Amino acid sequence: MLLYATRRFGLALLILIVAVTVMFLMIRAVPGDPVQIMLGPRATPELQARLTAELALDQPIWKQLLIFYGNLMQGDLGIDVFSGRSVTEIVFQQLPHTLWLILGSITWSAALGIALGAYAAAHPNTVIDRVTAAISVSFVAAPAFVVALLSLLIFAVNLQWFPAIGAGEGFWGRLNHLVLPAFAIGLSWVGYIARLVRASMLEVMGESHIRTARAFGINERRVVMVYALRIAILPVVTVIGVGMGFLLSSAVFAEIVFARPGLGKLVIDSITTRNYPIVMGSVLISTGLFVVSTALADLINAWLDPRARTAK
Amino acid sequence: MAKSRSELGQIIHGVARDPLGLMGLIIVGTIVFCAIFAYWIVPFDPVGMNIKSRLQGPSWTHLLGTDQLGRDTFSRVIAGGQVALQVALPAVFGAMAIGLTLGMIAGYGPKWLDNLLMLLFDTIRSFPTVMFALAVVALVGPSLQTVVFVVMATSIPTYGRVARTQTLTLRNSEFILAERSMGASMTRILGVHMLPNIVGVLAVLAAMDIPTVIALEAGLSFLGLGVKPPTPSWGALLKDGYSLIRQTPWLVVGGGLPIILATLGFTFLGESLRDVVDPKLRKQR
Repeated sequence: MLLYATRRFGLALLILIVAVTVMFLMIRAVPGDPVQIMLGPRATPELQARLTAELALDQPIWKQLLIFYGNLMQGDLGIDVFSGRSVTEIVFQQLPHTLWLILGSITWSAALGIALGAYAAAHPNTVIDRVTAAISVSFVAAPAFVVALLSLLIFAVNLQWFPAIGAGEGFWGRLNHLVLPAFAIGLSWVGYIARLVRASMLEVMGESHIRTARAFGINERRVVMVYALRIAILPVVTVIGVGMGFLLSSAVFAEIVFARPGLGKLVIDSITTRNYPIVMGSVLISTGLFVVSTALADLINAWLDPRARTAK
Repeated sequence: MAKSRSELGQIIHGVARDPLGLMGLIIVGTIVFCAIFAYWIVPFDPVGMNIKSRLQGPSWTHLLGTDQLGRDTFSRVIAGGQVALQVALPAVFGAMAIGLTLGMIAGYGPKWLDNLLMLLFDTIRSFPTVMFALAVVALVGPSLQTVVFVVMATSIPTYGRVARTQTLTLRNSEFILAERSMGASMTRILGVHMLPNIVGVLAVLAAMDIPTVIALEAGLSFLGLGVKPPTPSWGALLKDGYSLIRQTPWLVVGGGLPIILATLGFTFLGESLRDVVDPKLRKQR
C-alpha cells in the first residue's frame, strides 16, 4: 500500500510539474509582449521596464522557468499588478467559497443519488426502476449553467423563494444562498450517481455473502441497507474524486449566475480586467486541487479494494 | 462498400428499435436539419434589429418573442443550432482523429513512447476543462476557433486512452500476429487491420461527447468569451437573457431549452448506439 501510495503521488507530482511547465510556456508563447498586455497600452516606459525586471523577462527562458518554480515552492504566485497584493493571498481568500459550494452540491446529490440507485436496484425492472433510469439520463443531460439560469428564473425571480445574488451572512443566510447554486451543480450528479449505485448494487446483490445473509433469515431491508449498500457505494468515492474537475467547472458558472464570490468569479473578473497573474494563479491552484483529489480518490479506492493496487 | 452500407443500415435499424434511441434519432435529426437549412427556415433575419418590437412575449409573429434589440428569438435559436454544430463537429472529429492516431501509436509502439504519451494525456486531463478554456481565452482572445481548439485539446486524451486500450487488446490477437509474421508494415497493420476494429467504439464516444462540447461552447459564449456578437449562439441568447431576466423570461427559456434538448438527443442516441455497436461497453461504465 505504501509503495502504491508513493508511486501514485509521484505520478501526481510529475503531472503537476508538466502541467505547470505547459502553462508557463503557453503564456510565453503568446505573441506580444506580456508586460504590455499586463499593463495595457497607456503604461509608461519606466513602469514597463520595472515590471520586466520584476518578472525576470529579460532572462533566458530556462532561467525564467527556474525562477518561477523557485517562487512557486515558496507559495509565491506573483504580485497582482493592480492592487499590489500577493496572488496567492487573493486566490486563497476566494477558494473557501468555491469549496463550500462544491461540498454542498456533492452532499445533497450523493445522498439522493445513492438512495435512488439503491431503491432502483432493490426493485429491478419495475416501473419505479424505469422512471428512475429515465430521470437519471435526463438529469445527466442538463448542463449546470443552464439549470442554474432556469432555477434562477423560476425560484429566485418568479417565485422569490430564494435569494438571487451573493453568498449571504451568518449560518442560515449562507445556507439559504447556497440552495440554488448547489441545486444547479448537483442535479446532473444525482442521475449519474444513481446509475452508478444501481449497477454496482446489482452486482453486489448477486454475491454469496448476500445469499448467506438471506439464508440466515435477516430481513430484506437490512440485507439491502447494511450488507449490500455498504459495498455498493465504494465506486461513488472514486467518481467524486475524479469528478472534481467537472465540479470546479460547474462552480465557475454557478458563481457567475448567482453573483457569488469564489474562484470562478475571480477568474472571470480578472479576464475582463486583463489581470493575467490572477487568472494563471487561479488556474494553477484549481489544477493542483484537481490532481490531488484524483490521486486521493485512487488511494481510497486502493485502500478499500486491494485489487486496484496492482492494476495498470 | 455494399457490405458496410448494410452494416450501417443494421445499426440505424437497431437504434430505431429502442424507444430512447428513436427519440434521440428524431431530436438529433431535427437539430441537424434545422442547422443545415437554418437560413431557409428562419422567419426573420437572426441578426436583423427592429427596435419598435423589442422585448415582446411569444406571439404568432414571434414564436419565442423578441430580445432587447427587437431580434426574433425563434430565428436566433434556429441559427444558433448552426453555430453549435459548427463548433461541435470539427472539434469532436478533430479530437477523435488525433486521439485515435496517438492512442494507436501508444498501444502499438515502444514502451517509452507509450509512457510519454500517457503522461501527456494525464497532464491535459489534469486541467479542469473550463479553467483551461478560460486560461486560453484570456491569452489569445475569444473566437470560434479558440473554442474549437480548447475543446479539441481537452478531449484528445479521452479518445487516445480508449484507442490505446483497444490497440493493446488487439495487438496480440491471432490475425495481427499472422499479419506481422508475413512481414506487414506497421502502417498496414494499424491502418488496415486495427483501425476498423477501433473506430466504432470511438464513434460512440464521439456521439456522447457532442453534447458536452455544445454545452461548453454555450457556456463560454454565455460568459462573453465564446463566439462574438451579433452571431446568434445559444450561449449568447442566455447571456442576453441573464441580463434581462427581470424583464422577460423568454430569452433564458429560448436559449436554455435547445441546449437541454440537444444534450438529451445526443445522449439518448449515443447510449443506444453503444448498446447496438458494442454491448460489452455497457458494463464498463
